This record gives sequence, C-alpha cells and structure tokens, in this order.
Amino acid sequence: MPDPTRVLIVDDEEPARAVLKEMLGRVPGVRIVGECGDGLEAVKVAAEAKPDAVFLDIQMPRLDGFEAMELLDPAIAVVFVTAYDNYAVKAFEVRAVDYVLKPFSETRLAEALERARERVREKGRPDAGALAAASRPPGQFLSRVVVRDGPNIRVIPVVKLDFAEAQDDAVLFKTEGKKYRKPQTLASLADSLDPARFLRVHRSYIINLDRLQRVDLYAKNSHVAILADGSRIPVSREGHARLRELLEGRR
Amino acid sequence: MHPILARKGRLLPYLAASLPLGALLTALLARPGAYSLAQAAAVAFPLGVIYAFLGLSAWYPCRSLPLTRAKVPLLLAMHGGAALVTSAAWVLLGAGIVRLLDEVPSFAKASEAKPALSGIGEGYAAQVPPLFAVGVLLYLLSVALHYVLLAFEAAREAERREAQLVLLAREAELKALKSQVQPHFLFNCLNSISALTGSDPPRVREMCLGLAGFLRRSLAVGERESIPVGEELSLARSYLDVERIRFGKRLAVEESIEPSGEECLVPPLLLQPLVENAVVHGIATLAEGGAVRLEASRSGNRLRIVIENPFDPNAPARASGGLGLKLVRDRLAALYGPDAMFAARRLEDRHLAIISIPAR
Repeated sequence: MPDPTRVLIVDDEEPARAVLKEMLGRVPGVRIVGECGDGLEAVKVAAEAKPDAVFLDIQMPRLDGFEAMELLDPAIAVVFVTAYDNYAVKAFEVRAVDYVLKPFSETRLAEALERARERVREKGRPDAGALAAASRPPGQFLSRVVVRDGPNIRVIPVVKLDFAEAQDDAVLFKTEGKKYRKPQTLASLADSLDPARFLRVHRSYIINLDRLQRVDLYAKNSHVAILADGSRIPVSREGHARLRELLEGRR
Repeated sequence: MHPILARKGRLLPYLAASLPLGALLTALLARPGAYSLAQAAAVAFPLGVIYAFLGLSAWYPCRSLPLTRAKVPLLLAMHGGAALVTSAAWVLLGAGIVRLLDEVPSFAKASEAKPALSGIGEGYAAQVPPLFAVGVLLYLLSVALHYVLLAFEAAREAERREAQLVLLAREAELKALKSQVQPHFLFNCLNSISALTGSDPPRVREMCLGLAGFLRRSLAVGERESIPVGEELSLARSYLDVERIRFGKRLAVEESIEPSGEECLVPPLLLQPLVENAVVHGIATLAEGGAVRLEASRSGNRLRIVIENPFDPNAPARASGGLGLKLVRDRLAALYGPDAMFAARRLEDRHLAIISIPAR
C-alpha cells in the first residue's frame, strides 16, 4: 500500500478548516498532519511536519497564502483555496496553479490535490512571487518581502529596502544595515515593485529611489549611485538613461 | 464665447434685425432740417449694421459683472463708461462713412446728378449729438439684452446640473443595492454553511435563516428613501452576526449608540460598505481579531456616525476597500452636497470612518 499523502490545512476561518478536514478525511489515502490559522504558522508547522501537500487560503493574517508559498519547501504541492478573487483566479489559470473555489465539492478537492502532486513531481511548482504579482490588481505593487533568516522568517517592508542585488540563483536584499538572501530572480522582483519608486539601474541591481543620494561619474562612461547608507551601486548606460528620465519626471 | 457668435445659424438673423434699426436711424437722420432721405439712408443702414456688431461687445462686461454680485455704482460706472466709449467710436465711424461717401468719385458724380446727396459731409456735424445720444441708449439696451441672455443661460445650466445630480443619486443607489451582493461575502457564507453541515448541523438552519433574513431586509430597505439610524444599525448587526460564523471569537462588536441619534434618518445601506470594510480589511487581517465599534450620536442639528476597527498595518497591500469608501462619499455628496462630511482616517493600527450629516 502506498504511503498516505500527508496534507496540511491552512485557513484563518475555523469553518473553512472544518470543511477541509471533514472532506479530506473521506478521501482515500490522505492523512491530515496539521491545521494552521495563518501563513506564518503554516511555514513553521510545515518545516516540522513535512507534509506532501498544503491547502492554502490566500487572504490570511501574518503571512498571506502567496507569501507562505514562497517560503515552503519546493517539493511540497500547493492547492489554493479561495472564495472569490477574479484577479487571482485568472493568474491561477494562466500559470497552471491548482486551486478550488469555496464552496467546493469533495470530488473537486480530490482532483486538485492529485493534480498538484503530479505537477510537483513533473515540473516543479510555479514561482510564488510571480504568481503573487499576477494576482495583484493593476496599480498595486509589492509592499513587503518575506525572507528566511536562519530559523526565523523576516518580513521586510519595501520602503525600508535600500537595494536588491542579483547573486547566482538568488537575490540579496539590503535593509537597515543587514543583508538577506532569497532564492528568486531579480527580474521577477523588478516586475513586482512600484516602478515609480524602484529602478533597475543595472543588470544585477535594483535601487530604492528614496534612498538615492547622488549619482557620480565613475570612469569615463560609467556611473555609480551613492545611497543613503553609503552603498555604491554600479549604474549601467541604460540604467543611467532610465534614472535621468525618472528623476526628471519626478521634479 | 458670445452666444450669438458661437453658433453659425444665429449671426444672420441677428444681423437681419439690424435692418429695422437702420430704418429707425434713417428716420432720425432725415428729420426736418437735417439730411435728406437719401443721405440719411446712405449713412444710417451701414451704421445700423456696424452697431449690430458693436453691440455684441457688451457681452464681455456683462459677463464679468453679474447683476447679483456687482454693486450699483460699479455697474453704472462700467456700463456707462463703455456706453460713452462705444457710442463715440460709432459716431466716428459714421464720420468715416460720410467722408467716404463724399469722396468716392462715382458717388460725387452721382451727387452731381442727384443734388439731394451733396453736402453730406457738412451736414454730419449737426447729426453727431443726436447720434451720440442714440448710441448710448442703444448700448444700454444691448447691456440689458445681454443680462437677459445671461440669466437665460444660467437657468439652463442650473437645470442641467439638477438633472445630473438626480442621475448620480440614482446610480449610487443602484451601486448600493449591488454592493449587498458582494461575491466574497456570499461565497464565504455558503462555504461556512457547507462547513456547519458536517460539524454543527443545527446551526446550519440558523445561519441560512440569518443570511436569508439579512439579504431580504437589505433588498427591502434599499427601496426606501431613508431609514432611521436604529434600523440601519440593526442591519449592520445582522451582517456582523453572519460574519461571526466565519470569524468566531475574532470578531467582537462594540456599540455606543445614543438614543437621540437612533431616530435620525439616513439613506438605506449607507453604512454597509463601511462595516464590510471593517471586517474584510480590518478584523480579517488580525490573527487574534478585534472589535468593530459602531457609534452614533446627535449633536444639535448634526448626526455623527463613526465606524472604527483595528487592522494590521503591516499586512500586504490588497484591494483596500477604496471602492466602498468612494461609494459612501458619492452617495453623501449626491444627497447632502456640501452639508455632508465624510472622512476615512488611518491611524497607526486603527481605521476610522466618520460621517457627519444634517440630522433629520
């Protein structure tokens, strides 16, 4: 007999968790290993209980569904559970993310679970950051970044970010004198940030324009941006042009 | 833009009206001892047409000095001065015409053949005083006519604005009705009912009845023009009761309702978007939840309603409930105009929605 599928239930509403518990309890081969009321608890419990799949509500206190997904082990399958959110649903369809709409049937639930597990086995999980960005209504941007800091989870408001630097397969975030590393691409970060306040000045660097103090001429044709915390960020030719345009527009 | 010049079709009829003016001027100029009929006509008709154009200039001072706002001495000075200047210009133009008539050779030749026209130049000096007087009178007449025109336009504008207000109010009402059927709310409710079926069947009936009751009442109330604050708050309470099934102990309700406030009338479902925001963007963001506070009081002839809730200031940005706020603001503006005050204040970790309207 194959091992049971271990699932974790995450929803801030007790009745919603009750429904999932009841229905999943009747799906053969499924074992519920935990139930959480917010995204932060979910990440912590998942690290210990090591589920195969997680059912995630989207709108939750502390960390929302997308943020929790970013921090979950990539081998864990994710199924989103939402009442009604037309932007999110569109994003799910486009990015082939598994989801169920409240209220849902047992059949639908079992199907979504099966597909999510298959997807993780074959292609790996869709990028949570990109998914979150696609689910945001137009005109809304990333307001905070969640990163792992050893055993802890840190939430960085983007207004406190100095700059972000691309490093191999990850991005380094500099904020309040500290640096944090997160596996993600600089490009997806650039897509999520407010273009009026953050600018990609170089292939490997995004700066917070509110932290910019001045731009110096470095060598003959290259510039360097000096930030309030003293960081010196290289600025490419295109970056410089974009910077000038933005700053002029700001005045 | 001058209303007559603004439309092509109007200029020609207006100029045609200058012909009778020309005839009157001819009569004036051809009085016994002055010009002959032919002379008078030759000068009067052109002058009439010229005045038709000159008279249009009264539009600008009339528009900048509305009768209701300007003081009489200023009006007299302004229009009187303009009358004198315009009339003087007119008379001078008349002199120019006369000069032309005198010196145009064919005309002079004609005047040889028709001695009636000769001497037109010398006779003009005698015509100046009566012409000037008429010019001033005509200008003042033009001023009066322009004020009438302005009043007419103002009335039309007021009518248009009134119609627009009615439209806005109707739109806002429609939106208010639509907003009762917030999809999020309904689907969450149905899901909760589905949940209770498995865990607490007796509560299912209670919840279905609660939800049906709330929907029915809000639809019914939407048809009325206004309802007492007490009833509006009772609707808010039933909405919160339904939401409490989802949030359990996370949702608490505090009230501070003064009896004097309860009887005042408000538009139906005015508070619904605000109460929904308090739950969805407030209580739902907090793991431990919080209390939604409803406050209503009457002070003199003002009714004050406050809806307060805590929220997590660090929560990721979501659709912020701005649509609900806008709806409330638009409704209040359409119904009370500048007499209504609405403020949505974000304090550090609390949100306040404050409404102040005339107490009725």
